[in-house]
Amino acid sequence: MTARVRTLQLTAVALLATMAVGSLLMIVAGASPLHAWAQLLGKTLGERQGFGQVLFRATPLVFTGLAVAVPLRAGLFNIGGEGQLTAAALACAVVAAALPPGLPAPLAVLIATAVAFLAGAVVGAATGAMRIYRGAHEVIVAIGLNAIIAGVALWLGNRSLFVGESTRTATIPAAAQLPELGLAGSNASISVFAALAVAGLVAWLSARTRVGFTWRMTGQGLDAARAAGLPVDRARVWAMAVAGGLAGLAGAHFVLGHKHAYEDGLGRGVGFLGIAVALLAQGEALAIVGAALVFGVLGHGGLAISGDVPKEMVDVLQAVVVLVAAASLGRRRR
Amino acid sequence: MTAPALRVRASRRFGDCVALADAALEVAAGTVHALCGENGAGKSTLMRVVYGLERADAGSLELGDRVELARHDVVGAQARGVGMVHQHGMLVPTLTLADNAALGHEPVRGGRYDRAAAARALVAAAAKLGQRLDPDALAGDLTVGEQQRAELAMVAARATRLLILDEPTALLAPREVDALFAMVRAFADGGGAVVLVTHKLDEVIRVADEVTVLRGGRTVASWSAEVTAAEIARAMIGGEPPPPATRPPPPAAGAAIGLAVDALDVPGPRGGGAAAVTLAVAAGEVVGVAGVEGNGQRELALAIAGLTPIARGAVTIGGVDVTRASVAARRAHGLAHVPEDRHRHGLVATATVADNVALGRLAEVGRGPLIDRAAVTALAARLIAEHDLRPADPAALAGALSGGNQQKLVVARELDRPGLRAVLAVHPTRGVDLAAAARIHARLRAVAAAGAAVLMIAADLDELLALCHRVVVMHRGAVVGELAGAALAAADARARLGGWMVGVTAEAAS
Repeated sequence: MTARVRTLQLTAVALLATMAVGSLLMIVAGASPLHAWAQLLGKTLGERQGFGQVLFRATPLVFTGLAVAVPLRAGLFNIGGEGQLTAAALACAVVAAALPPGLPAPLAVLIATAVAFLAGAVVGAATGAMRIYRGAHEVIVAIGLNAIIAGVALWLGNRSLFVGESTRTATIPAAAQLPELGLAGSNASISVFAALAVAGLVAWLSARTRVGFTWRMTGQGLDAARAAGLPVDRARVWAMAVAGGLAGLAGAHFVLGHKHAYEDGLGRGVGFLGIAVALLAQGEALAIVGAALVFGVLGHGGLAISGDVPKEMVDVLQAVVVLVAAASLGRRRR
Repeated sequence: MTAPALRVRASRRFGDCVALADAALEVAAGTVHALCGENGAGKSTLMRVVYGLERADAGSLELGDRVELARHDVVGAQARGVGMVHQHGMLVPTLTLADNAALGHEPVRGGRYDRAAAARALVAAAAKLGQRLDPDALAGDLTVGEQQRAELAMVAARATRLLILDEPTALLAPREVDALFAMVRAFADGGGAVVLVTHKLDEVIRVADEVTVLRGGRTVASWSAEVTAAEIARAMIGGEPPPPATRPPPPAAGAAIGLAVDALDVPGPRGGGAAAVTLAVAAGEVVGVAGVEGNGQRELALAIAGLTPIARGAVTIGGVDVTRASVAARRAHGLAHVPEDRHRHGLVATATVADNVALGRLAEVGRGPLIDRAAVTALAARLIAEHDLRPADPAALAGALSGGNQQKLVVARELDRPGLRAVLAVHPTRGVDLAAAARIHARLRAVAAAGAAVLMIAADLDELLALCHRVVVMHRGAVVGELAGAALAAADARARLGGWMVGVTAEAAS
């Protein structure tokens, strides 16, 4: 209960700090903070199309936020979301494009999504296995894998997967495309609901299952968990595998719900932004939905008011959120 | 009548918990003053107030003259000649003793650290207390007892008024205790005052000139004349002390072997570890392993528990070879482990009592891939009730429990398990109060009587002599002596075991 209260406090502090720094920047840029904030909120939460764009931005952040939160529980830091997302998106697009025509839509979506999850999971599991069985730090491994996957994806694309002179793979069949949400021409698709369901599933997994319990105990007391006979090594590799799969779902969101193909640069930065989302949510699965919405508002709102304020401001504000969250997290652990 | 070296009165609350309720202590110069009390009585808190590590909500402090408590801190305490030696040494293992002594107060000559001066100062400080030491020895190469004596010399070199020793003998062999107390006495004879925080009453009787007892944050008794251990114990508990521990009934003749290690080699740090250790514990038998800390007991325990690689040899539980088995498999074969380091291997401090119970009992509260939260809470509530855990709240964080209650929690979780065949209990009552220790002893006796093989590793010979059917001594990784039956009950058993602990060979002792 008190932990809940502290999470809420932290969130409030982070948001207030963000608004304070943002206001300062707006003044420096010569805009009126009151006007700019009103604009930002109005164009995101105040109108249907803007709100749709907020949901569209928040959805993959839920997935990549969870992809950080799950290993964080188990005591590992997953900064490999970028690579996991890219590998998953490419695999998803290629498999979906090759699906036999006439496949019912739910089945096509299910197969393509499963491929995305698996591809991300393989990358995540490899990262975890390198850490647990070879002693290589997961952050270093993930940095390496992010670069390798980005390079390999581009090379594979240019060599054979991209269509013609484009940097885009073949368009996936209509059956595999996610229906749009119908929010006034926004890009939001029904993947929003999938994100909500997955966040709920992860929360349930964490609270009610053996594997969730093992993750939590491993993260909070590795030696005690090991001494009690919990399979801490296996559990940590699985945590990274699930994390990779979750980041992979963000890739599926872009491929099936938006671009309907893999493109070079698809989802770039979303993996890293997931770290900020998870930190702001203090690693709590359900809080990640809220944190992702905050980042969705900032992301789309920044674009919407870019006439008044430089769009780089949003990057700065997102970083402020991360700093405040990281500082409070450190204080709580001490 | 000169002013006392220390006069303190203090009250302190932590949230709802009253740590000190106007506790008072007065210590005269030139005396050794024992501060006794159960865990949570406020001994450490009071001493932390004196040393400036902890603020008091109200009270007064005199160190020769009046000290403003609100502005008191460690720097001020040290400036007034107060020093504190902690239970777990504060030496940097990779530095020499001289460098450790100089740390933070480096003597300087010509703008550079004067190592020779640091060494001379340390040797002189030790000599004043009748102690010889090698200032160039690496701290990490010394035994725990040597480290503690060196640390005492270092602190005493600066602390001229008052020396505070917090449970200094918890890790020492009998002879090392004697050497430490000789230094303490020399310090007092030189005019300094000593506060000895302890719960070992035989030590109090031996070295203390005066005794003060705290209970529930209050000073409940104080003696400056002769006092018996029984009187102190009654004051500490506020009633009759629990009866001393007794052995469980001897194992049946021809009882099966419940736990055995055979020619076990386990590497340890700096070439230490356990070497060719062979032990067999019959079902229903309690075997004690005595020894000065760092003589291979830790490696032996971790190897049995499955937490460290075994170089050679075998471990069997109930006749099944588990040398290469996982921790989970060993537990499934009926092994319970009360670990030496309950903070590291026993508990998850940031998790609740209920989760810590579930941690070791997943087999009972798991339902396939799920965890039955209701079963977890029910099991935790039962253990809390049966083992008198406080607070009686399954949702309390384990880290918020007192040390004694944390240990009771580990013991409850481990020894209450169904299907126990072998119990590995390492320092099971360390840092635990008399009442809790009596409960833990009773629990160990009960599981042995019920047919478990109990291997108990402890530094406290009294505890081993009271509970065990057989006691072996480990020195430099090997079992160097064993006493059982009449020899264990004989009057010279303590002396013989104590001798083996510091390397006197069996032949020389007899």
